[in-house]
Amino acid sequence: MESSLFKYIWHHSRADQIIILVVVLLSFPFLYLSFDLPKQIVNQGIQGQGYGADTPTRPLLQIGNPFAEEGAPPLFGGFQLEQADMLLSLSFIFLALVIVNGMSKFWINTAKGRLGERMLRRLRYELTDRVLRFHLPQLRRMKQAEVATMIKDEVEPLGGFIGNAFINPVFLGGQALTAMVFILIQSFWLGLVAAAIVLVQAFLIPRLRRPILILGKQRQLTARALAGRIAELVDGAVEVHANDTSNYERADIVSRLGRIFEIRYELFQRKFFVKFLNNFLSQLTPFLFYSIGGLLALAGKLDIGALVAVIAAYKDLPGPIKELIDWDQQRNDVQIKYEQVIDQFQPGEILDPAVQSIDNDGNGPLEGDIAVNGLSLIDDANSRLLDGVNFTAKVDEHVAVVGDSASGKEHIGQILAGLLRPSGGGVSVNGSTLASLPEAVTGRRFAYVGPDAYLFPQSVRDNLLYGLKHQPLRPNGAAEMNGESSKLIAEARRAGNPPFDASADWIDYQAAGASGPEDIDARLIEVLRLVELDQDVYRFGLSGTIDPETRPELAEGILQARAALLERLTADGASDLVVRFDPEAFNRNATLGKNLLFGTPINPSYAQDRLATNPIMLAVLDEAGMIDEMLQMGLSIARTMVEIFADLPPGHPFFEQFSFIDADDLPEYRLLVARAEKGPMAQLGEEDRQRLMALPFGYSEARHRLSLIEGETESRFIEVRKRFGERMAAEDPGAVEFYDPDSYSAAASLMDNILFGRVAYGRAQADETIGKVVTEVLQAHGLCDRVIEVGLDFNVGIAGKRLGGAQRQKLAIARAILKQPDVLILNEATTALDGAAQARLMEAVIEVRKGRGLFWTLPTPGAAARFDRVLVMDGGRLVEQGRFDELDQSGGAMGKLMQSA
Amino acid sequence: MSLEKEVEILRRIPLFANIEPAKLKLMAFASERVTYGAGQALMHQGDPGDAAYVILEGQADVMVEGPAGPIKVAEVGTNDIVGDIAILIDIPRTATVAATSELVTLKLTKELFYQLVHDFPDMAIEVMRVLAARLEQTTAALREARAAAG
Repeated sequence: MESSLFKYIWHHSRADQIIILVVVLLSFPFLYLSFDLPKQIVNQGIQGQGYGADTPTRPLLQIGNPFAEEGAPPLFGGFQLEQADMLLSLSFIFLALVIVNGMSKFWINTAKGRLGERMLRRLRYELTDRVLRFHLPQLRRMKQAEVATMIKDEVEPLGGFIGNAFINPVFLGGQALTAMVFILIQSFWLGLVAAAIVLVQAFLIPRLRRPILILGKQRQLTARALAGRIAELVDGAVEVHANDTSNYERADIVSRLGRIFEIRYELFQRKFFVKFLNNFLSQLTPFLFYSIGGLLALAGKLDIGALVAVIAAYKDLPGPIKELIDWDQQRNDVQIKYEQVIDQFQPGEILDPAVQSIDNDGNGPLEGDIAVNGLSLIDDANSRLLDGVNFTAKVDEHVAVVGDSASGKEHIGQILAGLLRPSGGGVSVNGSTLASLPEAVTGRRFAYVGPDAYLFPQSVRDNLLYGLKHQPLRPNGAAEMNGESSKLIAEARRAGNPPFDASADWIDYQAAGASGPEDIDARLIEVLRLVELDQDVYRFGLSGTIDPETRPELAEGILQARAALLERLTADGASDLVVRFDPEAFNRNATLGKNLLFGTPINPSYAQDRLATNPIMLAVLDEAGMIDEMLQMGLSIARTMVEIFADLPPGHPFFEQFSFIDADDLPEYRLLVARAEKGPMAQLGEEDRQRLMALPFGYSEARHRLSLIEGETESRFIEVRKRFGERMAAEDPGAVEFYDPDSYSAAASLMDNILFGRVAYGRAQADETIGKVVTEVLQAHGLCDRVIEVGLDFNVGIAGKRLGGAQRQKLAIARAILKQPDVLILNEATTALDGAAQARLMEAVIEVRKGRGLFWTLPTPGAAARFDRVLVMDGGRLVEQGRFDELDQSGGAMGKLMQSA
Repeated sequence: MSLEKEVEILRRIPLFANIEPAKLKLMAFASERVTYGAGQALMHQGDPGDAAYVILEGQADVMVEGPAGPIKVAEVGTNDIVGDIAILIDIPRTATVAATSELVTLKLTKELFYQLVHDFPDMAIEVMRVLAARLEQTTAALREARAAAG
């Protein structure tokens, strides 16, 4: 990238800049005319200069011939007008000029803005492109938060400046010059005064601003470092808490903030001083005009019209001058910013764009041998991690690498996958060196899984398919139809961005062994099963939701499973394990709120904790005469809570777990109970009533056992439920999805849809039994895989943090297996699994990789028995290789490793 | 069965007899009520113990593993507590308890119990008193047995 911002801007936006410059230049004559016009209006239109008894009319818009001799007839005689007409005509011409000037300013600004945004887009793309082309060791030295700040925030002001880079000096300079020339023509001396002050400004202000620039640079660096530190606090949260270093971190942040404050404060002081000086100088000139110009006019050496015009023209002089000075400061500022950012993105060597070109393809299956010759690797600290490693293996061989933790074994896999560049020696595949192969080969024919593989914060499905997205294979039909995409692509090209369509289908289904989007899920499930992640995803599926409109057959199946579950439980004599939602019965296992709502809230104002203030719910309760009942229940709950939680200290875990009332609110409720017990409920204030009213909605008879809802009260609540349903249908349809035994609820999870009720509270092993029976029922209906498909939509969270460590590793391996690479490289990729699970996974992976390459860096040597070839590493050297049984018995390095393991 | 009733039953258990009713109410409120069908086991001998069970309704058998299979050593019913040793010390269950009828229990977890003892040290004194009494009984029984063996 160009080292100078101006070169960069000129290189990429020459044509646009020139067009805008031409328009700017074209606008100047109009500007000059608009200065000159006030003089004419005052002198001719108002004062009637040139009009007399013998000259009742004067020409307007007369155009003289500059090449003809004095006294020759003009080219265009103009229109002869009387004084009043002249005044109006001149005024309208003035208006027209104002409009022309305004329009040209508008066009210029818009064009500049677009130009700036395009360049900003280009710059951001190029910087991100570089991040994608950095070698891994370079990336490891960068702080992600700092990189993000640079691309996002630090280049932002560049966008504003780029549009102005060439145009502003011309535009503003031209404006100032026009005004200056005009003033000089009107009055040479006033012009000289104005010019003198401008020169002082132009000389003084930039000098005063120099320290401000240096401070600005420091501000940028300190702010960037702060962003980096804050990201570290988040990433290192565990260490901070586990080492009680939060105050140490606070101290660090405090000192950084202090430094930033100092810099910024000094910056402001200096800035405002410069501003003050600048304003003062600008205001000094009118003072001189009024005094000197006034005296000149009094002396008759300057006519009033000219003085007015000079003052009017001067109005336009400080503005551009000030902006020019600002522009100059901005120029310095963004040049520094640009250099500082670019500097971070210019490491010694980055990947050649051709290596990642989208036009490369995978070149078909790899064949022949993988030959590793004299491989050595030296790290930053000059220590030798690998030293002269030589071996040759067939592409489809199963190779295990073993060794202790300092043996350097983990680097071989990374080098084979093309992720690390060896310091010496090389790897060749079927005769061609690995370094010369594009990522289309290393990233498709090879698959690499490290111990801490990254998962993207997307669904399980997206993460699995991530390894298949190399180029857009099927265009997005919808976008193509309405012509959106071609417009977007054209704009992308203008900003130097590649025309890749993110909304196209990038998934290479064939590579995964599927034919298209229709049958890819089956492959995904197959792979999940292989790594034993299918049960986990099945559970995600049960707690997931679906839209019955788009998946009617699954919704139908779930409804059948609902009926089958009931039959099954009844047959087993266990039907009391699930208390179903029966429109005619009160469900003691559900809260009162759930019982009254009898559905899943779609609109959050029907959430349980907001029902007490919901107007429809209150109206229905009132209609049924249940308000007092509810208040009494609330009072009972409050009384019990006040009694049993009285002595617990605030913040006690019980409050969170069991109480209806926050610890902080308990004293308030104690007073409330006292008030309520003194007199009748009706005397309670509105606020008290609301507080009491809110309590019963979270009450469940089976769970809380306060004997508040029994017998007859239950049936009255059922009436309320029905009435509520009726009113909702009329007044706010769609806000709540009501329970219906015969229909699927899109708002509820699959599991809730199957159960259609609550698992009975306090039945021994109820959850386990239900889980088992549900699975059996789903199996019988052939729905297990469908549920897994729903589970594939489960979002794994940032860096997969919603999954456990073992689940993350399994998912990463599944992702690698799915793309069916020629060589699968696993680098201690199963360390989070327990021993038995590791063994099962290895068995399964070896089985599925039969006939295809497998290169596995193992944490323990014993597991190497099942591989064709074993490489034994020690201190960066390959000390032994061969079949496991030969090595094991030879008493060499392998034997020693086995003994120490 | 209501919370009040559960508190009544808790009060009849010596370990909790002298504890304030409000604390017992908190204990009952914070505890889960668990129902077992006939034949279902509350605990198995040898498993780690994490909770004691107060029997609110129903009957259960207490069994220990013998050389020839399980031997029934006791029968428990309403107002009895089983597995109470587990909430005091970490030892494996010394017996298997299985319901012989529909059995309703109040499950007092170890965490809950410790939390309460921690918050209300008076409870600890009551528990100590009961344990000391039990120790005294056991010692007396041992002394008598020794004397009898002479």
